[in-house]
Amino acid sequence: MGYDFDWSSIARAAPYLMQGMGMTAFLVAVAMSIGVALGTLLAIARLFGPRWLAALSAGYVNLFRSIPLILTILWVYFLMPVVLRSVTGDPYLTVGPIYAAVSAFVLAESAYYCEIIRAGIGSVRSGQMAAGLSLGMTRWQALQSIVLPQAFRNMTPSLINQTIALLKDTSLVYVISLSDFLGAAGKIGQRDGRVVEMYIFVALVYLALCSAGVALVDRLQQRRMSRTA
Amino acid sequence: MQYSWDWLVFFKPSVTGEGLYGWMLLRGLAWTVSVSLVSWFLALGIGLVVGVLRTVPRRSMRMPAAVFVHCFRNTPLLVQLFLWYFVVPELLPVAWGDAIKQMNPTTNQFLTVLACLTLYTGAKAAEQVRSGIESVPASQRQAALALGLGTLDSYRSVILPQALRIVIPPLTSDFLNVFKNSAVALTIGLMELTGQTRQLSEFSAHPFEAFIASTLIYMAVTYCVIRTMRLIEHRSRVPGLLGAA
Repeated sequence: MGYDFDWSSIARAAPYLMQGMGMTAFLVAVAMSIGVALGTLLAIARLFGPRWLAALSAGYVNLFRSIPLILTILWVYFLMPVVLRSVTGDPYLTVGPIYAAVSAFVLAESAYYCEIIRAGIGSVRSGQMAAGLSLGMTRWQALQSIVLPQAFRNMTPSLINQTIALLKDTSLVYVISLSDFLGAAGKIGQRDGRVVEMYIFVALVYLALCSAGVALVDRLQQRRMSRTA
Repeated sequence: MQYSWDWLVFFKPSVTGEGLYGWMLLRGLAWTVSVSLVSWFLALGIGLVVGVLRTVPRRSMRMPAAVFVHCFRNTPLLVQLFLWYFVVPELLPVAWGDAIKQMNPTTNQFLTVLACLTLYTGAKAAEQVRSGIESVPASQRQAALALGLGTLDSYRSVILPQALRIVIPPLTSDFLNVFKNSAVALTIGLMELTGQTRQLSEFSAHPFEAFIASTLIYMAVTYCVIRTMRLIEHRSRVPGLLGAA
């Protein structure tokens, strides 16, 4: 154990680390809200849409679920500008790491959320939809006022779990040098020669955040157990 | 903005002088597959042991297993990789740390990624094994104890044969995740498939071909894994038991 710990650079770099945490929170918030919205649409398309739309949705979800998130991020970061340039005809258009990261997470997470939401809709008994239809509702009305509210209540724990996974996944923006929490800490650690302390600190912070999320899921599940019992 | 497609780029000699461009992708695939498969099998062992420990009656054995699983499941994989690569060699005795740093870089990266992926995946697999064991009705355990089997024997011949069959389908997604997670290796310089894709796209100036090819390769890997797991599930099925599911 020849290592001398010096934790002081963490306190000195606190404002910069907070900025990084802000970026992480921003990525999580945007990817979660747009991801859940798009995921719901994808799930509805897959369950109730016409055959071609269901197949399209299934293909989209399977594609993004079978490639690494890092590959998705690199796809968007390196290739989206090329596509956009040829679409808009502006040869100087750039996208930048923030938009690239947000788009990549939205694309991939909507596929992950779709699978959860599809299972959630499937967990609502089919009689509920039939009852709605027999009351004279359209399919869409029955879906949004009868099936979806029950489905979302059932899948809240899974959605929170996926959001915890998303929080962990945001650290992957390291590959495009975006300064999220991990990126910021890495840069400070390299500058001060205190990589060891920084990465230990980062690991503990992520552990604390995820543990809070896991505890929330446990509470929700216990509440549901006691309600049904 | 004109993009000139050239799918034959994979058969052109690479600017690095290491053969054809296509070989870069295949070398990357070889790293991805080897690191993923080895860590998957090691992770299954860890998952089995830790998953069982989480369900045994003795609290002093359950606690450490629970802490292990909690810590490794609740930190980002990339952070864990950096801990193994940048932090652990500094904290070991100096001679060991130096030995690690003086290793052949590729060997060092490979072993680091292997350790990291193994423990991360092992913690996930342990959760699946635990929930599989918990889904075996408690009466099975009681019946085994009533027959005079000890804890070890009741696990070996009553609980685990049922639990492990139950966990095969959920383990499929963990198996798929190992291949995807192995892409983090590029951050410490191990040139697996995603890393090679990026290099290929820069060297050859044909980024679309490179990225499309590796996307297709990953999809093919996914397909193979799903088929393999279905086959195992089918082979290990006990007729009449869990058969309908």
